[in-house]
Amino acid sequence: MRLTQHPVLEFQHGPLVRFTLDGRVLEGYEGEPVAMALLANGVSVLRESPVLGRPRGVFCAQGHCASCLMTVDGRPNVRTCVEKLRAGMQVETQKRKGSLLARDSEKG
Amino acid sequence: MIVGGGPAGLAAAVTAAEAGVPAVLVDRNETLGGQLIKQTHRFFGSRDHYSGERGFAIAAQLASRLAGCGRTEVLTGSTVFGYYEDGVMGIHTPRGTLHLRPEAAILATGAAEKALAFPNNDLPGIYGAGAVQTMVNVWGVLPGRRVLMVGTGNIGVIVSYQLLQAGVEVVACIDAAPRIGAFWVHAAKIARLGVPIHTSCTVKEAGGRGRLEEAVTWRLDDDGRPRPGTEEVYAVDVMCLAVGLSPLTELARQAGCRLAWVPELGGYLPLLDDNMATTVPHIFVAGDGAGVEEATTAMLEGSLAALAACARLGRPHPEHGVRREALLNELAALRGGPAAARIRAGRSRMQREEGFRHATN
Repeated sequence: MRLTQHPVLEFQHGPLVRFTLDGRVLEGYEGEPVAMALLANGVSVLRESPVLGRPRGVFCAQGHCASCLMTVDGRPNVRTCVEKLRAGMQVETQKRKGSLLARDSEKG
Repeated sequence: MIVGGGPAGLAAAVTAAEAGVPAVLVDRNETLGGQLIKQTHRFFGSRDHYSGERGFAIAAQLASRLAGCGRTEVLTGSTVFGYYEDGVMGIHTPRGTLHLRPEAAILATGAAEKALAFPNNDLPGIYGAGAVQTMVNVWGVLPGRRVLMVGTGNIGVIVSYQLLQAGVEVVACIDAAPRIGAFWVHAAKIARLGVPIHTSCTVKEAGGRGRLEEAVTWRLDDDGRPRPGTEEVYAVDVMCLAVGLSPLTELARQAGCRLAWVPELGGYLPLLDDNMATTVPHIFVAGDGAGVEEATTAMLEGSLAALAACARLGRPHPEHGVRREALLNELAALRGGPAAARIRAGRSRMQREEGFRHATN
């Protein structure tokens, strides 16, 4: 959900680009944080917690609390509230602690 | 070296630049201004304190004044990750890692939002108030459709108003305390728009399959104990926590500054004298990291810390004495009213601890 009209603010965006969440194609503005692009698409669950596998989303939205960690282009534990969206980014709902092995085996 | 480019750090950088002292200003965000960039409400008070201006405009003004001075190196998107025994600070920048050993450091690192303990408090949809402000006011993204606001301090009621401005429904604004914490001018804005404000009321639990779907509140008795049977269930997709801030003191701790527990000002704080100097001679602290207050006092503290730091480096600001006295007077005036009783209690607790330090050194 995006805000299009506001009594005080005007929003400036980069160009609209495509990226994927778990293989599903979504659109967001280039340069906005990945988590914001996901929220705008109605996605609030970003990962499973490391031990109990509970759903987690954004909490602080300023790169401090580590609640929003996701796997981005194969790299786990990316703080998506401050990671900027780029065209073609492959974003994945992170399972538990995330893994570098999946990425390595793809390459290998 | 100034760590943090919010109101305190920006004011410190401008003051150091006026004194002709070269400085490096480091901020982890891309844009200077700290929390000011998401503040859309008008400040009030006197013109000297930016009354009538909105936070994001104040940030832009300070940043352009700093750029106009042309003496400060600004590192944005950069994080100070450590302060080492030999006085070296490690800085992670977009262009690689830097190691600097500043002759003086002003830590203006601000504060982090506190969470609240209740069952299912980790469900997606439960956000810090600052996070909601960032979503709505910086990125134009709505956190949801129906919000329960927890906290009636200035942040709680201001963010409630900003959500209403953005067309989001605020079902209620609750607070465990028996009284509204915010300035009445802010609280009245949401009351006029029909948002129910419940004091002596807290969150019992949150619920939902996979994300927040409902919030259950209950009332508290005069001793702060929950009263079973007073539960209310709200169907909400967002719960916004505005339950206070904790000063970020990691760098001060690493530098060996002595800290004290000052609950009125947010938690553990470095012991500070009138000049914002810590117990480590060349380290100063200003802003919420020196005790959680608000942006105006943060700016005054930042200037005060910079005056002291420049004097310590043997390059005092040309108007050091006059400026220092004016800043101290303004701070005393801002902390003088009945709304600042808690701040005064915290400051006097810190002064007692400070006296203890002198007695034991």
